[in-house]
Amino acid sequence: MIYDAVVIGAGVVGMSILRELTRYDLKICCVEKMEDVAEGASKANSGIVHAGYDPIEGTKKARFNIEGNNMFSEICKQLDVEYKMIGSLVVAFDDHEINILEELLQRGKRNGVKGLEIKDREWLFKNEPNLSKELKAALFAPYSGITNPYKLTIALFENAIQNGAEVIFGFEVCRIEKDDDFFIVRSADGRVVRTRILINCAGAYADEISKMVGAKNFKIYPRRGQYYILDKPEKLPVNRVIFQVPTEKGKGILVAPTVDGNVLVGPNSEYVDSKDDTSTTQEGLNEIFEKARKVLPSLSKRDVITIFSGIRATPDTHDFIIGEDENIENFINVAGIESPGLTSSVAIGRYVAEIVSCKLNAKRNPNFNPYREDIKRFSELSDEEREKMIKLNPSFGNIVCRCELVSEYEIIEAIKRGARTVDGIKRRTRAGMGRCQGGFCLPRVMDILSRELKIDKTQITKFGKNSYILTEKRWED
Amino acid sequence: MEKYRVVIIGGGPAGLAAALESFKNLKGDKRVLIIERDRFLGGILNQCIHPGFGLHYFNEELTGPEYAHRFVEQVLENRIGYLTETHVIDITSEKEIVAVNKKGLKRIKADSIVLAMGCRERTRGAIITPGTRPAGIFTAGQAQRFINIEGYRIGKKAVIVGSGDIGLIMARRLTLEGIEVKAVVEIMPYSTGLRRNIVQCLDDFGIPLLLSHKLVKIHGKYRVEGVTIAKVDSQLQEIPSTERFIECDTVLFSVGLIPENELSKKAGIVLDMRTGGPVVDNTFSTSQKGIFACGNVLHVHDLVDNVTKEAQTAGRYAAIYSQHPELFEDNIHINVVAKDGIRYVVPQKLNKNFVQPFVLRFRVDNLYKDAVVTISNAGKILIEVKKSILTPGEMQSIEISQKILSQLDFSSDIVVSLQNI
Ligand SMILES: Cc1cc2nc3c(=O)[nH]c(=O)nc-3n(C[C@H](O)[C@H](O)[C@H](O)COP(=O)(O)OP(=O)(O)OC[C@H]3O[C@@H](n4cnc5c(N)ncnc54)[C@H](O)[C@@H]3O)c2cc1C
Ligand SMILES: Cc1cc2nc3c(=O)[nH]c(=O)nc-3n(C[C@H](O)[C@H](O)[C@H](O)COP(=O)(O)OP(=O)(O)OC[C@H]3O[C@@H](n4cnc5c(N)ncnc54)[C@H](O)[C@@H]3O)c2cc1C
Repeated sequence: MIYDAVVIGAGVVGMSILRELTRYDLKICCVEKMEDVAEGASKANSGIVHAGYDPIEGTKKARFNIEGNNMFSEICKQLDVEYKMIGSLVVAFDDHEINILEELLQRGKRNGVKGLEIKDREWLFKNEPNLSKELKAALFAPYSGITNPYKLTIALFENAIQNGAEVIFGFEVCRIEKDDDFFIVRSADGRVVRTRILINCAGAYADEISKMVGAKNFKIYPRRGQYYILDKPEKLPVNRVIFQVPTEKGKGILVAPTVDGNVLVGPNSEYVDSKDDTSTTQEGLNEIFEKARKVLPSLSKRDVITIFSGIRATPDTHDFIIGEDENIENFINVAGIESPGLTSSVAIGRYVAEIVSCKLNAKRNPNFNPYREDIKRFSELSDEEREKMIKLNPSFGNIVCRCELVSEYEIIEAIKRGARTVDGIKRRTRAGMGRCQGGFCLPRVMDILSRELKIDKTQITKFGKNSYILTEKRWED
Repeated sequence: MEKYRVVIIGGGPAGLAAALESFKNLKGDKRVLIIERDRFLGGILNQCIHPGFGLHYFNEELTGPEYAHRFVEQVLENRIGYLTETHVIDITSEKEIVAVNKKGLKRIKADSIVLAMGCRERTRGAIITPGTRPAGIFTAGQAQRFINIEGYRIGKKAVIVGSGDIGLIMARRLTLEGIEVKAVVEIMPYSTGLRRNIVQCLDDFGIPLLLSHKLVKIHGKYRVEGVTIAKVDSQLQEIPSTERFIECDTVLFSVGLIPENELSKKAGIVLDMRTGGPVVDNTFSTSQKGIFACGNVLHVHDLVDNVTKEAQTAGRYAAIYSQHPELFEDNIHINVVAKDGIRYVVPQKLNKNFVQPFVLRFRVDNLYKDAVVTISNAGKILIEVKKSILTPGEMQSIEISQKILSQLDFSSDIVVSLQNI
């Protein structure tokens, strides 16, 4: 296959670029080593749309953070993705920390962040009554928000596909050659794609891809962050994203509501040896809990429903690496996209697509449609709407996941839109994300996957490759 | 809106027994409805194909499906109404129910409601087990369903976490299916399962039971590749350098059950933090008048026989409520209080309008040897029961007879407590 542009990696950055490229009349494609989108950092992060006071002024991080933040609400509207601008607070315990708030405020102003303000204890206790009474002040950023990172990635993917892009899954890039006009991109299983322009969005592996083409030498160090997810409380313990003052290790432990009504606690920051080491550890989890509890004393381990971790792709250049390589024409690195990469992704997508369209002298795609509709969700409709939907689709009346009230219809719809694995269904529908973590619905989700995809249940995986759930069929029904 | 005298939510053994007993006790209009979200009546028993059910109630040993079937048959014989594949999504304090199935939304008004939704399993996440998140991690219930109902093998070599009856029974079940069980790991210094299950499910098959051991890490990228376990001290803290790797492709968590009370919360019912279920009186009435609760939704039971008996009482009073709601007014209760070594007691109250013999069920908070359980009231000891061994895993019950009830001082609490001898 010959393409005008190929994106390596189907994370939020790759998908954002892919979707922006569909604004042009180009033949484009993304290759991804896993079986689904959002299998890397894009599924395991804090989901915060940062205001932009953290990055040092003048950096790419600062630029794309601010631009991304400005674009976020519009894109989420177009793509029907949850986004709540709930604001954030950086809280301080003592004078030293208050000084840091002051620095952040000044830096934020220089970066162009609007509405930043330092609030006193009175304001804090009135607006966030559950926070520790030891706190002295907080930096308030009204334009910080929360989103669902993997849903955004999925929505970008669906919209890109609607607009004519392709995504090839299970394609692990292992060798890249170049002839006069094309990059020849080879996968581990022997498949090949050719492309005029190659865009490297391989997350933690971007340095290795860059090395394969003989381009710019940089290194990416995997830096892990672990999290707790708490059950949906009757009343959220915090109304905003609560950060602790940043240290040289990063933005520190946060406590925040998720767009789905759970509570997220984490992440810590630790360099790890392997780019795939998304395990959680007792030490890491203890550290997070102790630190978070200082800010929110009512935090209880009893409410934990799951734990996970994500890998930040920390570059040795200390800034995002975005742009055409100096020596290799038509090779574009989009590497080292650690936090605030989610926030920045929508702006990076636009920027990279412009570079590509200029280079290829591409025409506009007259049929580009920026809108994508989410799956209709039983849990979000009124009873009247539910009745209407059930009349049209009886499967809408069959509740499969009891904790999150997910109907069979939603699961079938997720499969139609590309879900092939149990985790793929989970991220698209929330089936299995509730307090029982699939205890009840896993077998039912597998029934539907097996029926719709016409495959035996022993072939169903959790997330592709060898992640089989059942090993052998013992008898026929 | 459809109207019923009694609506039962959940068609497991609790729901079935409650429905039958409501039906028997209703006069005239006998409309009773069971709503079950699964395809079949019988609840969790449908997947418990091992024997051990009904020893107390039927004096014979039945499998789970056999036990359930006896009640399902009576429901059918009496033509008691039931809906399967129908999910209750809302109940209000006015006893209106919203249920949904493939035909649409159904709104139902009931004189009284019996909650019998059962419970759910605690998961790997709930006990915060570090490590990777590969395939091959199951709860015991999931494994049971895949193996017993769907006919699949879930792996080759397994480690089971938790040595309650469910964990023990699954150890035997996996072995019989040709899955090698490397160990049953239990964090406490004792198993919470029945002695006979330890013998019949582990010892008979040579499966090691590792007491005072904890699963500290799960390994594997795509499928489980092994686990690390370690010894724990008396504070349940990991003892350094006792770590051991066990190779396996499957981990089964059997680490406790949590009553399923999301609907109860929607109806504004007061819950007991310790049982995880509603606070009830001896009629099994919750804090919302006309709403009753029984079975595992109320508190987790070891034996289905006890579930059945409790549900019969709840069903009977639900029928009485539909005819005489005035007997369930406010301010007619004295409290039953758990103290000193007693973790919880059910019922938590006594309705003065129904001073009839009943059973107090309770669990202790630790392992006790040679202790006395006392029930006292107004400073007077009414009952003393000597026990050579008490464990939190084994539900205890004490019958409160007419004779004892006649000695009660109704201005004072009933206190259940534990003393060492
Ligand atoms: C703990 C943590 C917290 C964070 N919090 C925030 C936050 O609150 N706000 C924010 O804005 N940002 C946050 N971020 C950053 C954000 O998550 C990332 O910047 C963003 O997800 C990066 O997206 P990506 O597409 O570059 O990478 P990824 O999502 O990792 O995607 C890379 C993709 O490339 C694929 N790939 C790799 N190698 C190959 C190959 N050889 N062949 C084919 N495919 C390949 C991978 O499978 C993967 O799908 C956080 C990150 C972490 C880890
Ligand atoms: C592995 C295992 C081994 C066991 N071994 C034994 C044994 O040897 N001997 C013994 O006596 N006991 C044993 N038990 C215990 C016994 O099975 C339980 O105590 C008993 O089944 C509990 O009955 P229940 O009706 O309260 O709950 P369940 O059987 O769980 O029934 C609850 C029902 O409610 C339905 N429901 C829930 N919510 C809704 C809703 N919103 N709308 C509609 N329907 C709903 C559910 O689908 C379910 O069918 C065992 C249990 C297990 C899991």
